[in-house]
Amino acid sequence: MSANETKELSARCKTEAAHSSCEQTHAGRVFTPSVDIFETEGELSLLADMPGVKAENLDIDIRENTLTLSGEIEQAECSKEKELVTEYETGKYFRQFSLSEKIDQKKIDARLDNGVLRLVLPKVPKATPVKIKVAAA
Amino acid sequence: MILRRVLNPYRTYSPFAEMERIHRQMGRLFEHASGDYSSKTPAGVFPLVNLTENNDKYYVRAELPGLTTDDIDINVTGKNLSIAGKRKIPSEGEDVKYHRRERDAGRFSRALTLPDNVDGKKVTAKLSEGVLMITLPKAENAKPQHITIH
Repeated sequence: MSANETKELSARCKTEAAHSSCEQTHAGRVFTPSVDIFETEGELSLLADMPGVKAENLDIDIRENTLTLSGEIEQAECSKEKELVTEYETGKYFRQFSLSEKIDQKKIDARLDNGVLRLVLPKVPKATPVKIKVAAA
Repeated sequence: MILRRVLNPYRTYSPFAEMERIHRQMGRLFEHASGDYSSKTPAGVFPLVNLTENNDKYYVRAELPGLTTDDIDINVTGKNLSIAGKRKIPSEGEDVKYHRRERDAGRFSRALTLPDNVDGKKVTAKLSEGVLMITLPKAENAKPQHITIH
């Protein structure tokens, strides 16, 4: 057991995304998911907490070195329920990252387990220098 | 400065103080509206919960991403509900270099007092996509009674 498992978890309010990062076309809240990003020699991995998002409602997009995560949640059928206590809000998740490494887009692996996205982005191996022989005429 | 805050705690004009004030006032309003129901547990204890009700059930929802059913322990007695557990974040190995670490691991324990008694035997809980939903049927005497006039 690592030390971090014995500490007391404290509640944090979800961070609402800044308006400039993602202008919405329809009303609703947008939250920034908490992420862990780590790197090994061959790949870059990202873990993101996106509770309530189903795999089919999660969009992962890489374009011009910008990685975009966007997850919609299906609103719970609360219409007939009366709200008594609301400590957290629900809404869409959105976050963008700019990637400094070249990513092998064909080998990206994404999995969503219990509301946590695990994205593995394999780096493109650095071009190995090739010696070119000059043939004498 | 300190003295002034003691005398008039709302005199601080930061937007956060203002929000905090509104939050507290709403909390008080809520307490007042629902009689003896005390919302004494302030937000700040993990996990944050949403409580809703209909005529015969209470619903408690909490966001617990990455947890499995084995990690969560739910107990109900009378009108008290407790949700406890541990969020583990497994090590990714020795040779990884972290760029960001925003996700927390740790123990948690949350106690919640419901507005009325529930039928403990009929309480069910479901965990899907990292969202815990506990359905608590109200105890027979806690349900609103419909009275037919003869």
